[in-house]
Amino acid sequence: MINVLLIIFTISLLYLSIADRLLTYIKILAFQGIILFGVAFIELIQINPVNLALVLLETIVFKTIFVPLFLNYIIKRNKITRDSEPFLPNFISLIVITLIIIITFLLSNSIVDSSISKIYFIVSLSAIFSGLYIIATRKKIITHVLGYLVIENGVFILSLAVGTEMPLLVDLGILLDIFASVFLLGIFVNKIGDVLKDVDVDQLKKLKD
Amino acid sequence: MIGIYLPGAFIIGGLLLVNRNKMLSNLLVLAFLVLQWIFTVYEYRHINITEFNYFKLDALALLLLITLSIIAIPAMYHSHIYLTTKKDTPRNSAIYYAATVILLTTLSAAYLSNHIAVTWIFIEMTTLSASALIYHRRNNRSLEGTWKYVFVCAISITFVFIGILFLSFSLQHRGGGGLTFDALLTNAATINIFWSRLAFIFIFTGLTAKLSLVPMYTAGIDAKDKAPSPAGALFASVLMNVGFVGFFRIYIVFANTSLHSWTNHVILIAALLSIFVATVYMVKVKNIKRMLAYSSIEHMGLIMLGIAAGGIGYYAAILHLILHSFIKSSIFFQVGQVYRVYKSKSIYDVGNYFKYNLTGAIVMLLCFIWVTAMPPSGLFISELMIFRALFQSHYIIVMVLVMFFLTMIIWAFGKNIFKLLFAPPVGFDDSNVVKINPVESISQFIFLGLIVYLGINPPVEFVTLIQETIKNLPK
Repeated sequence: MINVLLIIFTISLLYLSIADRLLTYIKILAFQGIILFGVAFIELIQINPVNLALVLLETIVFKTIFVPLFLNYIIKRNKITRDSEPFLPNFISLIVITLIIIITFLLSNSIVDSSISKIYFIVSLSAIFSGLYIIATRKKIITHVLGYLVIENGVFILSLAVGTEMPLLVDLGILLDIFASVFLLGIFVNKIGDVLKDVDVDQLKKLKD
Repeated sequence: MIGIYLPGAFIIGGLLLVNRNKMLSNLLVLAFLVLQWIFTVYEYRHINITEFNYFKLDALALLLLITLSIIAIPAMYHSHIYLTTKKDTPRNSAIYYAATVILLTTLSAAYLSNHIAVTWIFIEMTTLSASALIYHRRNNRSLEGTWKYVFVCAISITFVFIGILFLSFSLQHRGGGGLTFDALLTNAATINIFWSRLAFIFIFTGLTAKLSLVPMYTAGIDAKDKAPSPAGALFASVLMNVGFVGFFRIYIVFANTSLHSWTNHVILIAALLSIFVATVYMVKVKNIKRMLAYSSIEHMGLIMLGIAAGGIGYYAAILHLILHSFIKSSIFFQVGQVYRVYKSKSIYDVGNYFKYNLTGAIVMLLCFIWVTAMPPSGLFISELMIFRALFQSHYIIVMVLVMFFLTMIIWAFGKNIFKLLFAPPVGFDDSNVVKINPVESISQFIFLGLIVYLGINPPVEFVTLIQETIKNLPK
């Protein structure tokens, strides 16, 4: 069951690479939140119930409901146009993200350690590098935040791999998630939207040598 | 004691945030400095005792904690001058003081922590308080700097977290206390090579944002440029040290595994690229504060070279780190005065500084000699030792390259500083130049003296502490 969920998660990354509209990105993020809820539930069922409840609440309330709604609110409030404006055509993005997945897959063959299941490694590393790729190739500042959230999801999956033995690390991952997303989005909603009218990375080119 | 210090400092920070009264805020800042020093002295008397499971004051933490407490006093003094001359609103001043206090507190806690996850949490918190300081001027450019800093730091902190996860994969026994630095060092021989390689790459890459090294140096440059000069002084000294603490503690673990020479190569490449980047930008840059930020990259690169070379390089690296903290903070304090005279940081707008501020100009000239490591500067001693270490470990080509880069850097630095000091300024109206009180330069003179003293005639205790720091590294 975990394998199925993780594979669906990987497919959602491919869909992310060809998504045109910001709303699609947000929907994919919400969907990934649901998948992570399932994975966390199956994987961490043995840990202390309070901790498990915290993890599950974080995935379902924070990742699936709060962040997507908040992103939607930001886009409406700052009147961001709905196109994601990639620098590269979607076809190339699709190829690059497929290559990322294949490379992490090949890399995982060199793992000799049997105590960690490889699929976590493959899926999380694919998500992390896909997130970095999205950050690098999209024009809007808000898509940088979206790419960052994909990286966060990848990190969350990675932390689940040792979740039963070290629940502390899963909690830390959640802490990072809440801290970074609230902080990044908070700056966005309060400052960037008010000061920079057209929210585009071209606005961030004043500081240079 | 950390149980009293942390809540106490956070309460002071919180009070500073809500308080709008000038008198009271000065008293609170004073109270924080007293608390900081009581804490430092107490910890100095109780070295190597674990507190609350996660905090342990070892020699490295003590050295950097004392450095921080020394730099904190002039930093607060210059912040006070900055805020009063700029006639900032009470609200902005309150946020500034609160952010500085929280920054210094979290830095102290990060130095002391003995658990990699706790270090990570406090490094994350430094990003938060630092961003409030960068955004202090409340304009477009500072917003851009803040956004870039926060975003790059968020990515870098995620990378460190991924590294920590890989490190936990590499452990044989994943128990509760497995990730304290002591436990990692004890189990260093048994960790899995594949995972720990990945762990080192991710942790090192993530920490380069704080360390100001290639690849994530960019955020730090904008931060040091856009933050007010006293805050810039903290960013260029104690905030870089926190990256070093995180890196160095994990390096000690890896130095005791079979990956030692591999990690050295990674560090060497990053260091060499950093010095190269610093050289390229130093020649080109026209903004004094950005030039100083690039100079920090160069010095951090040298420190990393010392670590990679090993032998006497370890000692030299720690010495260089501490001396660099003092010199870089004093230059940044001084640049605040330059800005008040010329209302500009651009090299085109400044000149004839000797005429407008004699004491400040002398400090600037001395700072130039000190930071480029010319005798009698203490940095001369540490750089000489770093080059000796490189020579002894047969990195001759690296050494020649670095010497070439350093020559270029000295030329570029000198060109800009001499323009500031001696060349007449173009289009500068000197009818109502602000008079700077020479008293404001006293702290810089004290720091410069301290650098000479620590470099040329280091007290026995200081040397013992540095040797204690590097005792777990292989010879």
